[in-house]
Amino acid sequence: MSQLTPTFSNQSNKKTEGRGDRPSVTLRTRQDHLARRTFFIVTLLPVLLILIVTIALFIRSWPILNAYPLSDLLFGNVWKPTNGQFGFLPFILGTFWVSTVGIILAVPPCLLTSIYLAEYAHTKTRSIAKPVLDLLAAIPPVVYGVWGLLAIVPFVDKVLAPLSDRWLGAVSTGLNTSVSIFRVNQPTGFGILAAGIVLAVMIAPLIISVMYEIFSTVPNDLRHASLAVGATQWQTIRNIVLPQVAPGILAAIVLGASRALGETIAVLMVVGNIPQVPTSIFDSAYPLPALIANNYGEMMSIPLYDAALLSAALVLLIVILIFNILSMLVIQRMLRRKWAS
Amino acid sequence: MGILTKKHWQRRHLMEAFIKFIMRVSLFIVTGALGLILWIVVVRGLPALSWDMVTKIPEGGYYMGKGGGILNAIIGSLYLAAGGTFLAMLFSVPIAMYLKTYLGDSKWGHYVRLSLDVLWGIPSIVYGAFGFTLMIALGIRASLLAGIIVLALIELPIMTRAMDEVIRRMPVDLEHAALALGSTKFEVALRVVTRQMLPGITTAILLGFGRGIGDAASVLFTAGYTDRIPTSLMRPTASLPLAVFFQLGSPYPEVQQRGYAAALILTIIVLAVSLGSRWLSARLNKYTIK
Repeated sequence: MSQLTPTFSNQSNKKTEGRGDRPSVTLRTRQDHLARRTFFIVTLLPVLLILIVTIALFIRSWPILNAYPLSDLLFGNVWKPTNGQFGFLPFILGTFWVSTVGIILAVPPCLLTSIYLAEYAHTKTRSIAKPVLDLLAAIPPVVYGVWGLLAIVPFVDKVLAPLSDRWLGAVSTGLNTSVSIFRVNQPTGFGILAAGIVLAVMIAPLIISVMYEIFSTVPNDLRHASLAVGATQWQTIRNIVLPQVAPGILAAIVLGASRALGETIAVLMVVGNIPQVPTSIFDSAYPLPALIANNYGEMMSIPLYDAALLSAALVLLIVILIFNILSMLVIQRMLRRKWAS
Repeated sequence: MGILTKKHWQRRHLMEAFIKFIMRVSLFIVTGALGLILWIVVVRGLPALSWDMVTKIPEGGYYMGKGGGILNAIIGSLYLAAGGTFLAMLFSVPIAMYLKTYLGDSKWGHYVRLSLDVLWGIPSIVYGAFGFTLMIALGIRASLLAGIIVLALIELPIMTRAMDEVIRRMPVDLEHAALALGSTKFEVALRVVTRQMLPGITTAILLGFGRGIGDAASVLFTAGYTDRIPTSLMRPTASLPLAVFFQLGSPYPEVQQRGYAAALILTIIVLAVSLGSRWLSARLNKYTIK
């Protein structure tokens, strides 16, 4: 002790000399309070931003919401801004068709891929697949659009449309329009199917990574118990793992759908942009985001046009917010279970 | 016994093999899509790529197939993405710190994370429309500044969540040790959390930058398009995604070719940024305490 004490005091002396006068405890506490308050205000920003965006769009679209009943806007199918006719139905249906086709095409391979990566794959396969998916997610929408234009549109035009025409089209004429969603009415390749394929690839990385996370929340003990009584791996997955994660899988799909709904440039480049109520997946469509992006230039020159376009953005925002919040609540809940266990 | 169970045994194992096969096919399709996209962009973009493309701004008659390049769009995009990332940094670093040191895994922490995730999901076209209403309200015209603000809004949730995910892995002992020595929470945030967050911050910057440089729908409304390189924040600016988009819309094949080349340039930048962030975060992660 006697040896230690002098060195200790010596050191502390040196320190106080070197640092000069340290801030007092009161000052530091005050600093802490100030920082806490500043951080708090900054952190409110994202929470408030959602409200601000919604309210700003609502205020800007109020003139048209005030002038026309909501049902006329949402279910009217005539779009002639110069005549004062603003029916969003073709665009809403266009968005719906394109997103639905995208989701239907994306979900089976995404589910299988995420099961494979989570349950079967070697660490090595995983360490290759993960960066590839990250790169796929990093590619800008406009590049997806270029790819769609150069590869998917000709593919739909030259391969899928003739195939569908020969097999499904013949069936549909025979059955009198019961399967008319596969009929080829406009042989250009631009249309819902091309946009759906591009969208499916665009949302795949997101869906796969969320599903992968969800699969990893299932405790390994459950898998071991099932395998120990002699079940095969697939039996284990189907009977034990999938029932556990079903809500999370659904949430991942809904999340993917919300991405698909808002995708603009890539879809705009391949969907054909004809305002009509689509009847077949080979038809051209005109989704809401494409409508907004294509017409922003002239929207100040026609009365109520800007309000109409911004109310389109508002409709899109509200649907996406609902989809997002619901799916995020489910996903966060499932992931929290993992942290807890 | 063996004979009795054999049939059952075979069927479920056949199923296993079949499922495994179609899973591998799915993985191959999904990862193959990346290869396909890169292949198409390189094959179509490379022939039109020239030194002029990246060193010159459009000359007279450029959009009818005459000389020039898209330097205006490259520089404009770099300005936009760098500005947006910088602005988003100013907000995302304090938010990530607040989430870690003050909120932690509390109920409010969950609300803030939820709202960040929801913001992440809002499409850029809606941000663009919002930016447009903001511009009208503030009385500014399509400009570099407006583009930067909107890109910052888009990048904010991505960057904050990226930092948050990294800093969440910080051992709670570190924080407790600092608190036990008598530091305030702010000092913990400043001296301990910041250092542990460094790999998170670099990853976030590159992620945000990559997202910002590729975004087209939001800058369409807010940044405008011009053939000149912007000289001030209040000037409109060109951007690479829009350069691709507009040139593809041209009826002249030469101009369309240049659109493919512009897409190739954009892809190269984005992939470099993405790979760079992977490499950097792996390097910097070595220096954090886990």
